[in-house]
Amino acid sequence: MIELLRAVLVAPFADMAGSPAFLVEVLIGGIVAGLMYSLVALGFVLIFKASGVFNFAQGVMVLFAALTLVGLMEKGVPVPIALALTVVVMIALAFAIERAVLRPLVNQEPIILFMATIGLNFFLEGFGEMVWGANVKKLDIGIPDTSFIVRGVQMNRLELTAALTAAVLVAILAVLFQRTRVGRALRAVADDHEAALSIGIPLKTIWVVVWSVAGLVALVAGIMWGAKSGVQFSLSLIALKSLPVLILGGFTSVPGAIAGGLIIGVGEKLGEVYWGPLVGGAIENWFAYVLALAFLLVRPQGLFGEKIIERV
Amino acid sequence: MHAKVMLTVLLAAAMVAGPLVATAKAQDKGTIFIPLLVYRTGPYAPNGIPSANGFNDYFNLINDRDGGINGVKIAFEECETQYDTKQGVECYERLKGKNPVLVNPFSTGITYQLIPKAPVDKVVIHSAGYGMTASADGRWFPWVFNVPMTYWSQASAFMKYVGAQEGGMDKLKGKKIVHVYHNSPYGKEANPTLETLARNLGFELTLLAVDHPGQEQKSTWLQVRRINPNWIYISGWGVMNQVAIKEAGAIGFPMDHVVGNWWTGTESDVVPAGDGAKGYKSMTFHAPGANFKVHQDILKYLYDKGKGAAKKEAVGEVLYNRTLINAMLDVEAIRTAMAKFGNKPLTGEQVRWGMENLNVTEKRLEELGMKGMTRPIRVTCENHEGNGLALVQQWDGKKWTLVSDWIEPMRDVVRPKLEAAAVEEAKKLNYTIRDCSKEK
Amino acid sequence: MIYRETGQFKSSYASDQAIFPIVQDRIFVLLAVAAAFVVPPLAADEYWLQAVLIPLLIYALAALGLNLLTGYAGQISLGTGGFMAVGAYSAFKITTAFPWLNIIVVFLLSGLIAALVGLVFGIPSLRVKGFYLAVATLAAQFFLIWLFNKVGWFVNYAPSGTITAPARNVLGVMVTGPQSSAWARYVVALGLLAVFALVAKNLVRGRIGRSWMAIRDRDIAAEIIGVRPLRTKLLAFGISSFYCGMAGAEFVFLYLGSAETLAFDLNLSFLVLFMVIIGGLGSILGSFLGAAFIVLIPIFLTNVPHLAGLAMPVALQKQIELMVFGALIIFFLIVEPHGLARLWQITKEKLRLWPFPH
Repeated sequence: MIELLRAVLVAPFADMAGSPAFLVEVLIGGIVAGLMYSLVALGFVLIFKASGVFNFAQGVMVLFAALTLVGLMEKGVPVPIALALTVVVMIALAFAIERAVLRPLVNQEPIILFMATIGLNFFLEGFGEMVWGANVKKLDIGIPDTSFIVRGVQMNRLELTAALTAAVLVAILAVLFQRTRVGRALRAVADDHEAALSIGIPLKTIWVVVWSVAGLVALVAGIMWGAKSGVQFSLSLIALKSLPVLILGGFTSVPGAIAGGLIIGVGEKLGEVYWGPLVGGAIENWFAYVLALAFLLVRPQGLFGEKIIERV
Repeated sequence: MHAKVMLTVLLAAAMVAGPLVATAKAQDKGTIFIPLLVYRTGPYAPNGIPSANGFNDYFNLINDRDGGINGVKIAFEECETQYDTKQGVECYERLKGKNPVLVNPFSTGITYQLIPKAPVDKVVIHSAGYGMTASADGRWFPWVFNVPMTYWSQASAFMKYVGAQEGGMDKLKGKKIVHVYHNSPYGKEANPTLETLARNLGFELTLLAVDHPGQEQKSTWLQVRRINPNWIYISGWGVMNQVAIKEAGAIGFPMDHVVGNWWTGTESDVVPAGDGAKGYKSMTFHAPGANFKVHQDILKYLYDKGKGAAKKEAVGEVLYNRTLINAMLDVEAIRTAMAKFGNKPLTGEQVRWGMENLNVTEKRLEELGMKGMTRPIRVTCENHEGNGLALVQQWDGKKWTLVSDWIEPMRDVVRPKLEAAAVEEAKKLNYTIRDCSKEK
Repeated sequence: MIYRETGQFKSSYASDQAIFPIVQDRIFVLLAVAAAFVVPPLAADEYWLQAVLIPLLIYALAALGLNLLTGYAGQISLGTGGFMAVGAYSAFKITTAFPWLNIIVVFLLSGLIAALVGLVFGIPSLRVKGFYLAVATLAAQFFLIWLFNKVGWFVNYAPSGTITAPARNVLGVMVTGPQSSAWARYVVALGLLAVFALVAKNLVRGRIGRSWMAIRDRDIAAEIIGVRPLRTKLLAFGISSFYCGMAGAEFVFLYLGSAETLAFDLNLSFLVLFMVIIGGLGSILGSFLGAAFIVLIPIFLTNVPHLAGLAMPVALQKQIELMVFGALIIFFLIVEPHGLARLWQITKEKLRLWPFPH
């Protein structure tokens, strides 16, 4: 018993103190991973914030965006044009979704809309694979996946780029929401659809804007993750890994996605490296959820989420 | 309102009609039917596509070039499983009506599903280099064949290769080996063998599990970096492979000391890592490349006439060659059975006998155009693994090339454990042991 | 005209409270159940039974369980796969430890164990609501799968890491194992489903069901009028996990034959959730219809090209199948967002007046 307590409560911390350079590496790894998760979580947050829909298809949108980009690049289209075309495709997708899915289902309960995004998920899965094929595609963004050592701590170029991109994107989005007219309109729609309609905010346009921005965020996420693993089906599974980030940060908060991402990323890595070997490893998946759950018990709406006001 | 009515009728009709239209067409007389369970879509499609193409091309080659096996054509049909066990079961049940004689499940999960059904449905299961390792003991599992090798033999062959590279098996003492494996029964297959060898040979083994699907492996590779091993062995599948190879390169580990098992060493695995994967090695049991006579035949009889299944550049890929050999073994098993039972459409029982008495000699390999691509195989009643040997191949940035000679697995270490495992697995299914000497 | 209720008077409280108060309904359902027991074992072939009907019954049971939790009690749960795994692995352990125990009893016991586990994982529901709870139940899902992967005791230390259903018989007829016949397994699954569907129907009609629905609709108001949220929610989790655990045990013993943890992963949880939503939240019939939809439509889509004589490459076929399936879901939700059960209800109402328009 004492052995067990020691192994859980003392030994990992001793380990951490014993090799600080390694601890820093783990922390950096956690921060980077967390930021990559929050990239995907951002898409969820945007759509939930503005249309109240939990977009189950976000993961597939990440895959679809990356597939389109790489598919175009493979056909010989130069990179900037391919990027621009992909952006156009994602905006067209947003239009199509608004027209075919959101407009007919306006005013339905959240779970019905959730189910509709599940249908969308299946559709995009089949469509993306049909158009671009099922092979693994290499995504080269021009940054080598090599490491360099700074004061005994190893850091990876590609990952730092990804982390930086995520941070910049979040900053842009935060500014977008707080300072611009469109952002204000988005926040108004998120607050109350009917009130927003009554003061003349065009709901349909807002939805198209939001889904387009989410599509762009998905594209960036797809590029970052695709550079790591090649563009293939499993990109759509990252959405699952970013769900704990969502719950921790709150479904409706952009800074929450970042904060949640950082906490989950660092927590996950620390847990796996220092406590994982005690139970045989591979605990990352559920550890992230348990961590998020622990936070939820204290703040049921997530760290930065809107407080749910319940009325009788 | 009309939409609702239309929808109700549509759905009702579809739900009722679905299984009705699934009645299989009767099999053509005069052919042998082999179902192909493939996964051309879904998460494992990058590996499933070349595998399926290899089967297609070889069977088509036999039909077109030779007119079938001794005049009996092979009828085969693909069924998409997406590597999902439930869809695999559905495919198998649907195609069962066509009297299949042999099935290659090409997925360990689906193999486990089909193993209990094989003796009841009288269908041979050929799980070449995957599946239930214990089924290599043919005395307990007469209907299941792992030709040409099992995972446990592969792990021992890996250690032999490492020993050879280090200058002798005795030099392994004190060295550090890490096994990065997919957290599933498949990934864990090599662990017992590696642990036994670690005890016997004195090297330090660390087992690191990677959670499914393995898209994000940072913590695993941080730990690898800390351990700083001499050699890394990877048992992965799907996206785990690409990410693992990339991460190995990213932490600056010398790639020529990273060896994947034979499902972790294909072209699609090294694609994302690009130059970072140069020098990466993997186990295999056949030669890569399209330089063999059988490939020339395939190009001549199929691709030049536009009947090839894959893209022309894909002929000769690792998994493509693997299923060429897999299909070759199936065909030769049927041929062996025909030598005894006659040149006609055979039953599952007869094909089983053929597979159990399979003896592909060097001369036969040369006739088949596969000389040098694989080794002679001989299956016996006790040993459903054949006596396959392993190879190590290396990625040079453009293609895979062989960097070792044929490696004999440590069968003396593996076989006793295999037999013990077979006893346990067979007990679960209430099997009784056969006496091989009685069956000659 | 066919469906007229005129002339049917209730003269006792019991007949007034019957599940099927209209005589035509009662006859129809009894005939349907009898037909379900008799016709498929006699008429259906192996493929129908093995690949279509048995999984349909098992999914229906799981969907029933999830519907009790999500549809009636309003607690969204994505841990169904994990609870089914608990049922399957506990059934395996029980039957290998006590081979003489009747397999039906084993199923019931495994359901109980799953119920206990469900109670534990339901505790966060007291604090967490809505989609947040759904993601919290994912913790249950991933943790349980990891546990079964990691701890060898659950698979009796088998090197393959899979559990295999040992051969068991009921009243002399082989019910599990490779020697069992498909019709025997079908009858067992159908029997269990019929019994527990009846139990579920009575649960939701009674006090417990009403307290669940009260919590679902306005939980603060429910608490004020005396519905105890702790008890009610935990009961919902427990009973729902009982159903899912039994379905999981049946999944391995009556359908697959052997399974590894991958069979119970997140995809299964989502699949059962889809069945419940498509079938209709808060409806017993909806669970059956949803399961039928999810099982039969893909089979239909896979086989239609054969029928039409088109020889499409399998990959393209699968992709189109996915696209059509997704589009069908969206179209369906637009036309009838409340699920298949509501469609059936509307049909019944139309039948009452037919052939008159109103």
